[in-house]
Order: sequence, then C-alpha cells, then structure tokens
Amino acid sequence: MLTAILAITLLALILGLVLGFAAIRFKVEGDPIADQIDKILPQTQCGQCSFAGCRPYAEAIAAGEVDINRCPPGGEATIHALADLLEVEFKALDEECGVEKPKMLAVIDEDRCIGCTLCIQACPVDAILGAAKHMHTVIASECTGCELCLPPCPVDCIDMVETKPKPNTWRWPDPAHIDLKLGDQP
Amino acid sequence: MTDYALILISTILVNNIVLVKFLGLCPFMGVSRKLETAIGMGLATTFVLTLSSISSYLINEYLLAPLGIEFLRTISFIFVIAVVVQFTELVVHKTSPILYQVLGIFLPLITTNCAVLGVALLNVQQGHGFLESALYGFGAAIGFSMVLIIFAAMRERIAVADVPVAFQGAAIGLITAGLMSMAFMGFAGLVHV
Repeated sequence: MLTAILAITLLALILGLVLGFAAIRFKVEGDPIADQIDKILPQTQCGQCSFAGCRPYAEAIAAGEVDINRCPPGGEATIHALADLLEVEFKALDEECGVEKPKMLAVIDEDRCIGCTLCIQACPVDAILGAAKHMHTVIASECTGCELCLPPCPVDCIDMVETKPKPNTWRWPDPAHIDLKLGDQP
Repeated sequence: MTDYALILISTILVNNIVLVKFLGLCPFMGVSRKLETAIGMGLATTFVLTLSSISSYLINEYLLAPLGIEFLRTISFIFVIAVVVQFTELVVHKTSPILYQVLGIFLPLITTNCAVLGVALLNVQQGHGFLESALYGFGAAIGFSMVLIIFAAMRERIAVADVPVAFQGAAIGLITAGLMSMAFMGFAGLVHV
C-alpha cells in the first residue's frame, strides 16, 4: 500500500519536473498586444474608426494613439473586451464614428446591376464576385456588412438586409414587443 | 527481423487501430475535414503514440512490475500519456505556431484519444518487449495517420459533392468510414500476429 502511494507520488514528481523543464526550454513569447487587440475587433474592415482596416486600428490602439471606443460594428461588447484586455475604463461608443446596429448583409439586386465593377474595388474583404459588364453577386459567407460598397454603386442596386440569427447571434426577444395581457385569450 | 516487419504490417493494415479495432474514432471524425489538418494531426498523434508506448512500457517494466503494483497500471499510463501530450503541445507551439493554431483543441484532446491508452494496454496484454512495444505504437500511429489522411481526402471531395440532404455532414462521413472499414477487412488473414 505504502509502496504504491510512494511510487505514484515519485512518478508524478518526475513527470512534473520533465514538464516544468520543457515549459522553460520551449517557452513561447506571448502574443504581441496588437495581435490580441486585432483578435477582439470584428474584422469587418469597414474603416469607420478612420483607419484603413482592423489591423491598423489595433496597432494604433496598442501604440496608445487612439481611444478604444471607435468601433461601431463591434459595439459595446468589443469596447468592454478591449477595456478588460488593456485594463482601462470602459467608454461609450464615439458617435462621430457611427452607431451600433445589427450585422447586415449586402445583397445585389441582380436585375439592376450593370456590371461596372466599382463595388468589387470598394469591397475590403473581396466578397463580391463578378466581371466587367457581367452581373455581380455577393458571397454571403464572406460579407462583413461594412456598407463600403453602397456609395460607389451608380445604380443603387445594393441593399443591406438583416442576417438571419445564428446560434451565436440569437438574442432573447425584446420584452417590450411581447404581448403581456394575461387572461385575454380569444 | 521478419517479426518486426510483420508487427508493422499487422498494425498498419490488418489490425488497423481505427478501422478494425475501432479505437480513436473521435479525432478520425473530428479532424478529417481538411487534408492539412489531418496530416498535422497524424504527425502529432504519431509522435505521441510512439513516445507514450515506449514510456508506458518502461514504467510498466521497471516501476510497476518490480514493486508488484500492476493494479495501478491504468492510472500511471494515463499520467504518462497526459505528460507526453503536454510535452508535444509545448514542442508544437514552439516549432510550428500555425500547426498549433490549426490543431487547436484537438492537440490536448490526444490525451483522451482512446487509441493511445489502448495501444499502451495492448502492449502489456500481448507481452511485447521494448522494441516490439515501440514498433507496435509506431505502426498503430502510422495506420491511424494513413486512414485519417485517406478519409480527409475523401471528405474534401464529399464536401463539394451533391449529397442528398438527409445524408449531409456527419451522416455521409460515417457511411464512408463504414465502407472504408469493410474495405480494410480485405486485409484480414494477410499476416497472423
């Protein structure tokens, strides 16, 4: 009995030492802070923060040049996550950047599209497919809903539609919209 | 020498750990969506399986057997496997951050891959020596990687195929795995080990 306990303890001790040694020997430098910030940002590449994309904004935050509240697509959740990561106070969203709204999806009305390719050039994530004088279409799984394709379109054939809720975007319905009159059944 | 060659052929083809013994099915289904991940997982599992079957043989032979505490075999094997997996994770993180990201949660999950513990216990059960244990572990791992890669290649093609709605996703995957398993029954009787 005692031998068994001693043997297992010794085994655990030796294996622990091996792991401890390996942890020091194969130590990996932690993610640079800009990478961690970039991971939190929603990667819409919409440019509403006044930077060219999410990565430059992340680098600017890491360098301490800008505030953390300039990302409307990420909304409050992103600002909270950034505040936690950087250990700073939460700030409300900067309104000159835009307002928070649910994630939208660009849809091209294919009857009206003239195939000008202007939206293809504007799309930051290459989610629009098409060629000159041919109808374009949006790859729904790639679209980040950044709305950058709306202004260049000469025939206004791009609409923003609400995306269907997925398990990770679904929310409880707003109680204000639920009819609460009890005993009022037909 | 022939014995050793036979062990390899037996573990890779005849007694394939996944398709004949049905061990390690979770990574087989879970990491086979992409060929690159499958290759990475195969490499990581090969490393872990070989190392863990060697170290569990040593533990069994030089610690448990002399002290007469073979009843602690399972728990000490799990100890050893957990450590080997952790060690592999550290090494992979250091040497190939991309592979580390791609494998994600499946790397630590090799700990609970039943093939790893299964091979360690089978080694003891069949009374293998040192080199036999190492070869048995290595062969089982090669067999595992081989079917994982073949299966991943098939699933990549299935992903773009026109599969009836009722069979899409895991269903067609399991049917494919079953057909592969039947195909591997053809190797039965090739060698007796």
